[in-house]
Amino acid sequence: MFLRTMNIVLVLAALLSALVAAPAYADARGDARKQVEFGIAVAQKGLWREAIYRWQRATELDPTFAQAFNNLAIAHEHEGELDKALVAYEKALKIEPLNPFIKQNFDLFKEINDRIARKDGK
Amino acid sequence: MIALRARTVSSVILIAAMSGCSAGYVEIPLETPIQPKIDVRPFSRVFVAGFIAAGSDEVDGNLETVRLLRSQLRNKGGALRVIDADALSLPGLAGGEAEPAGSGAAGNPPPQPAGDSAVSDDAQFAAVEKIFADTEYWKKVGDELQQPLIVTGTVLFRPQQRSGFVQRERETFDSLGRRSVEPERTYMERKGFILRPTFVFIDGRTGETLHTETFREEILYNATQTTPPLSSFFELMDRLLPSFLNTLTAQKVRGSRTLLK
Repeated sequence: MFLRTMNIVLVLAALLSALVAAPAYADARGDARKQVEFGIAVAQKGLWREAIYRWQRATELDPTFAQAFNNLAIAHEHEGELDKALVAYEKALKIEPLNPFIKQNFDLFKEINDRIARKDGK
Repeated sequence: MIALRARTVSSVILIAAMSGCSAGYVEIPLETPIQPKIDVRPFSRVFVAGFIAAGSDEVDGNLETVRLLRSQLRNKGGALRVIDADALSLPGLAGGEAEPAGSGAAGNPPPQPAGDSAVSDDAQFAAVEKIFADTEYWKKVGDELQQPLIVTGTVLFRPQQRSGFVQRERETFDSLGRRSVEPERTYMERKGFILRPTFVFIDGRTGETLHTETFREEILYNATQTTPPLSSFFELMDRLLPSFLNTLTAQKVRGSRTLLK
């Protein structure tokens, strides 16, 4: 009887923690999405450093948000920080390897990056 | 009724999802800056000193390269001022007849390498390339010209001939006049040129080499086509000039990327 009660308690606890975690995840994604959208708005105005800050923040809020990593990579590219762009693109592709937009952005970036690497003899 | 309502709801969901998808990205123009490979801040002037040329008697690879690079650096070389001194006669220098450093700059131009004095084969470049490591010599050149950044190197511009199968597109029309294009392999004799310059960037203060870069470009024409060698030379040079300039100045690669929401 005691064991049965314990089992029920454990199941209920697991359910409760799942219910608590789901909104927390949704909140994180929601907050990250807000940061991403704000980043896009400022990037369109040419404020790329601010955009980097916002997209960096979005990746911290939700480390599974491929879109945020993609945008961060583009911003680093714009700033000529190609090493950082490569890291961000790789993270975006690791999360969403089949996303055609990320793949296309990465291919275009790679073309430039490879050319520079060849010239540097890397 | 219930079925109708369910269909309406699913349509709304579908439209919402589709509009969500279409608004889920923003295409944005992007200029990727590429940093110069050499820090040119210590230099206010650049001297395109001359090149060891080989391969073709029809184009003076030394003079044409000097002229072209100087004009490009004047227009796109950033803050660097181009020194308009005469080009040095490098093959002569390699043979031990070194002109005193900067003598060209003093208004007494050394004899330019003609076809006979130019190195005839790229294999011979190895023998004369040691001049670029002669720090004493380049320091002397630098001292006479207020220690500029010195650009020198080798230029191989050689005719080439190649024959083989080439894939082309053949246009055909059927009995009804409908056009179709089919790939076709044909044997062709082709001729053209190879350009292989090596640019050596030397610090005029110390005479030491800062950076060396080699390029290779080639072009082939139909054997019946007559193209002046000089025009091919410029066409090939045109392809590698952005990379040459990027050694000294920041360049921007234009493109576009997709931001995602």
